[in-house]
Amino acid sequence: MKKFNLIFLAFTFSLWVSGSLFASSAEHVKTEKAPIDPKDMVSLQHGAKLFVNYCLGCHSARYMRYEQLAKGLEIPVELVQKNFMVTTDKPGSPMLSAMTPELAEQWFGAPPPDLTLESRLRGADWVYSYLTGFYEDESRPWGVNNKIFKDVGMPNVMASLEEELGEHEFKKAMGDLANFMAFMADPVKVEREALGVKVLFFLLILLIPVYLLKHEYWKDVH
Amino acid sequence: MKQLMNSGMDWLNTRLPVTKMWDEQAAKYHAPKNFNFWYYFGSLAMFVLINQLLTGIWLTMLYNPTGEGAFNSIEYIMRDVEYGWLLRYLHSTGASAFFIVIYLHMFRGLMYGSYKQPRELLWIFGMFIYMALMAEAFMGYLLPWGQMSYWGAQVILSLAGAIPIVGDDLALWVRGDYVISGVTLNRFFALHVAAIPVALIGLVVMHLMALHEVGSNNPDGVEIKNVKDSEGAPLDGVYFHPYYTVKDIVGVVVFLMVFCVVVFFFPDGGGLILEAPNFEPANPLKTPDHIAPVWYFTPFYSVLRAIPHKLTGVVFFGASIAFLFVLPWLDRSPVKSMRYRGWMSKFWLAAFVVSFVVLGYLGTQAVTPGKTTAARIFTVIYFLYFILMPFYTSIEKTKPVPERVTY
Repeated sequence: MKKFNLIFLAFTFSLWVSGSLFASSAEHVKTEKAPIDPKDMVSLQHGAKLFVNYCLGCHSARYMRYEQLAKGLEIPVELVQKNFMVTTDKPGSPMLSAMTPELAEQWFGAPPPDLTLESRLRGADWVYSYLTGFYEDESRPWGVNNKIFKDVGMPNVMASLEEELGEHEFKKAMGDLANFMAFMADPVKVEREALGVKVLFFLLILLIPVYLLKHEYWKDVH
Repeated sequence: MKQLMNSGMDWLNTRLPVTKMWDEQAAKYHAPKNFNFWYYFGSLAMFVLINQLLTGIWLTMLYNPTGEGAFNSIEYIMRDVEYGWLLRYLHSTGASAFFIVIYLHMFRGLMYGSYKQPRELLWIFGMFIYMALMAEAFMGYLLPWGQMSYWGAQVILSLAGAIPIVGDDLALWVRGDYVISGVTLNRFFALHVAAIPVALIGLVVMHLMALHEVGSNNPDGVEIKNVKDSEGAPLDGVYFHPYYTVKDIVGVVVFLMVFCVVVFFFPDGGGLILEAPNFEPANPLKTPDHIAPVWYFTPFYSVLRAIPHKLTGVVFFGASIAFLFVLPWLDRSPVKSMRYRGWMSKFWLAAFVVSFVVLGYLGTQAVTPGKTTAARIFTVIYFLYFILMPFYTSIEKTKPVPERVTY
């Protein structure tokens, strides 16, 4: 019976914990691993710069506030104000694109999606592979197609950057951008994990007196 | 001071039976002393219920139950509210943890025959709790108003349409609209935060009262009330408080450690707790490629999909849960615990668990011909556990049950 219990437990927990395997098996496109490091401030700051310069023109990040960006990326609010924000924005404003959805619909056929949660919707690896996945395809309206997003409606806005940096540096830059987008989708990750370590440490300490108390009471049960 | 306390308690006890109730339910309740690992999950279910109620109350203060505001308010909780993310992850992880704990609790019942006479009603109350929990989880899952929330609810509610004559009207009545809409969200919110929790708490009280009336079963399936000392107390019993309170606290701390690993480090649960498509707001015009319910419903969802005819599928879907209700009358074994049963009972319980897990896995997957065949085979095994139970439990040879518990 003991053995059976163990097998059953193993089944249940594997069902719960190894869910990532099932989830990814549904995704058939081959993605490349994104170099994500939520503690690498240089990479995140560079990614934020690229995001504001290349993405924010068309895409919003409506759940992300400039103030939160400044705090999370350890950039002084004044610098963010000076470099990232339009004069009408306040530090508490969300990162909204200047392009209206109506105009976007006219120009691209569909409004560009909000990108705040893109990294949690499709995964950071997908975002990175998408950003580095553009190739020339004359049959498409913008002359480009994408390896993992077939017949994509977006033009390759990074083309000039790719030419300027060369392939190696460009991939590194897109890694930074993907890193920033992962931060944007889950800005509390670093804080959450740091708190998690403290909570687990506390529980581990708590387990000692709690176990000893149980042991003390059960000593006289025979 | 002590005298003041005592006179205070006396004052209270002559007006409300506080001490009497405490004694009956805990301090003088005799629980078998041989509870093993599997007996932690009852108190853990209670613990998770309290977690869901508390975090739920706070989330209700911050959530906006409208089609326009729901998704935004979740992101507001996750980003702008201090520790809002913690409240939400505790609640979302708590929902999955609740089902894990309940499934293990139910498995314990199956393994040790805890549903058998005289505990039939106790089991039935438990089943009603399970049903209420499923309704609670189903409605709660719509509230984030993401793509999977929306389309999951759309698929499941459309099942009602398979019922002849009244089906479509019934689905319309439940939704309050021709498709899932803000109207549906509003009523699901009301049911999720008020109606079902009240029912759930009521059922839990009944479950506990019924338990304390008949007394707990144990891994040996021996009635401890049969052997008493000169004062009328069961020889193999210990008082629930303090013995099992201090023991269950250990269980709670260990559980919390596992739970917190998920909450703080894997809050998505690899897409099983928070599914990726739910990070996109509900869009009635865009159907996701692959719609799957949350993992705790997938065994039953697999049964539904395995059957090619829609109405028959819905009937079996219902039957896969309904069979559990009549378990006390399907089981003809003279002994309760698996420890003293023959190999057939053990084999079929194992087959049932395997089929439940495999069906659960298949329910998360997109349909392929091979997987459909597998789902059909395991659906048959799932039902055979119940249908054959009256036979294999009455013909198999059982081992002699001891007079007293083994400890």
